[in-house]
Amino acid sequence: MPDGALLSVQDLKVHFPLKGGILGTTFGHVRAVDGVSFDLKPGETLGIVGESGCGKSTLGRAVLRLIKTTDGCVVWAGQDLFGLGARALRNERRQMQIIFQDPLASLDPRMSVETIIGKPLRIFHPELSRAEVRKRVFETMNQVGLAASMANRYPHEFSGGQCQRIGIARAIILKPKLIVCDEPVSALDVSIQAQIINLLMELQRSLGISLLFISHNLAVVRHISHRVMVLYLGKVMEIADRDDFYARPLHPYSQALISAVPIADPRLERGRPRVLLQGDIPSPINPPSGCRFRTRCPRATQVCAEQEPVMRDYGNDHAAACHHIGA
Amino acid sequence: MSAERAASPSPDRPILSVAELSVQFKLPQGWMTAVDRVSFDLRQGEIVGIVGESGSGKSQILLSLMGLLASNGRCTGSAVFEGQELLNRPPKTLDTIRGSAMSMIFQDPMTSLNPYMRVSDQLTEVLTAHQGKSQAEALDIAVEMLERVRIPEARRRIRLYPHEFSGGMRQRVMIAMALLCRPEVLLADEPTTALDVTVQAQILELVAEVAREMQAAVAIVTHDLGVIARLCDRVIVLYGGRIMEHGTVDEIFYDPKHPYTKGLLASTPRLDEKVHGALRTIPGQPRAAMGDIPGCPFEPRCGLKIDRCRAEMPMLRSDDKGRATACHVSGV
Repeated sequence: MPDGALLSVQDLKVHFPLKGGILGTTFGHVRAVDGVSFDLKPGETLGIVGESGCGKSTLGRAVLRLIKTTDGCVVWAGQDLFGLGARALRNERRQMQIIFQDPLASLDPRMSVETIIGKPLRIFHPELSRAEVRKRVFETMNQVGLAASMANRYPHEFSGGQCQRIGIARAIILKPKLIVCDEPVSALDVSIQAQIINLLMELQRSLGISLLFISHNLAVVRHISHRVMVLYLGKVMEIADRDDFYARPLHPYSQALISAVPIADPRLERGRPRVLLQGDIPSPINPPSGCRFRTRCPRATQVCAEQEPVMRDYGNDHAAACHHIGA
Repeated sequence: MSAERAASPSPDRPILSVAELSVQFKLPQGWMTAVDRVSFDLRQGEIVGIVGESGSGKSQILLSLMGLLASNGRCTGSAVFEGQELLNRPPKTLDTIRGSAMSMIFQDPMTSLNPYMRVSDQLTEVLTAHQGKSQAEALDIAVEMLERVRIPEARRRIRLYPHEFSGGMRQRVMIAMALLCRPEVLLADEPTTALDVTVQAQILELVAEVAREMQAAVAIVTHDLGVIARLCDRVIVLYGGRIMEHGTVDEIFYDPKHPYTKGLLASTPRLDEKVHGALRTIPGQPRAAMGDIPGCPFEPRCGLKIDRCRAEMPMLRSDDKGRATACHVSGV
């Protein structure tokens, strides 16, 4: 593990068994995450992009040990997260939080905003008095741009953007070191999305939090991330610094992904060259042999079906897994 | 693809003319206005984008044209298609038009295709019902159309049920169904929002291509300004059920007049951005439901508002080329 990484994920695998028949026998596995490695530095945002079924949400949850992993390890602040006992894990969980895509569904409809935001504090700091908890809740609400006068209201009284602010307040009240953001702005309107992105960037700067920012939106990821990782069918295709990645995507999949995103600039769009991929994403139950992207790849050759490409560094910590880079 | 879009929209009379269209829904607390006196034209071979945030009424415009409003909804105004009024027509006479001369693509193909019917039956039904084709003829045309929207092995796959297709394939099936009778007007409600971006690119390409080939008039509803920029010739910007601004795609993107259009463009992070500072935002929240307010719906969030904006609704004023804005402060 390199010096100073807050989180180091090594060859992580999450396979979900497929059961069927009257005996409930396992007849296969969904290889949702299939050997993913990366590091996250303190105060850094790593954008994780990919299309549906690429395993990005599963990865986010596995890193927090919210779901069982099949193989691999997660080193958190120097210790093996999967080796921790229940008590030690609980203690570390304070430092890691998650915010979800659907802001309303992730809040208990029967709890007031004050109860929701104060809950983590009451669990981990039972010694605090009610007045102290309330004071911290109000401070946190202020930090995320919610008026303290809203504390007694319930989630259904808020719009999507405000619910997401409540979710963020709940995530930061324990002053965590890591927040996994699972598509936090995908359900929001453009004008509200910008407010939430600004808030997350501002909180990260002021609190020094690391973010794993999971999104299918490459423009949002470019705006918010320091580094970007591209997943396809549970595998890392490419990982690089943000500017390097968008200026010089190496993997054919990354190139296709970037060229597929329409830019809000009609003149530019008219002249933009496009790498149009054929077909849909194959099933992760039975992924293609060799390189998983080969069935849709414009550069695929025989070797891609026979050999799985390994991640190679092309300088500047820019790594990609493809047989045909630089060829 | 977009480079080859119809060079100039035909200046002839419009195929579809919508005037003063309003849509209201009856709620326990009274009638709620979702669309408020919206007027626009669709011309042959032209793709018009209708952009707005949730609750702007953009989908309701299309649904009211197809006679598909929810049972608690009503619409007023007029929508004339080839000399015939579409609004508030009995379903029987509407059925001679919709599905044939006018058709619609929905956001979610899984809920708009019938899960109990083979794709072949759903596609041929359109042709036997509208054009009196025989079953065999209809099947041939349907297979041809599936090939046209690039479904591999169409003759085999047409026998499958919708759930046996992937999301992108289902969307293609729905597009094929919408195109079977070669409609003159194609309405698309967020046709790619549920799809992955690489699949979205294929579908947008397809819509542009068939629209050009069939010289249909297309109205596409979306919240994605990128989709508008790639596909459309003209843009209608909606907010709170009203048209805020209307112009060609270049006018809207390079010379936006309305404060809402400007805010929308500035708050969208761009894939090609070089600086990553704070995004410009539009303060506040989009309006959820509307009572009947006297002023501009955007007034509570507008940075340029004056006293008059709260008291009086700005009318949509257009210049002689059809460029229009509804704003007391920054008009055309």
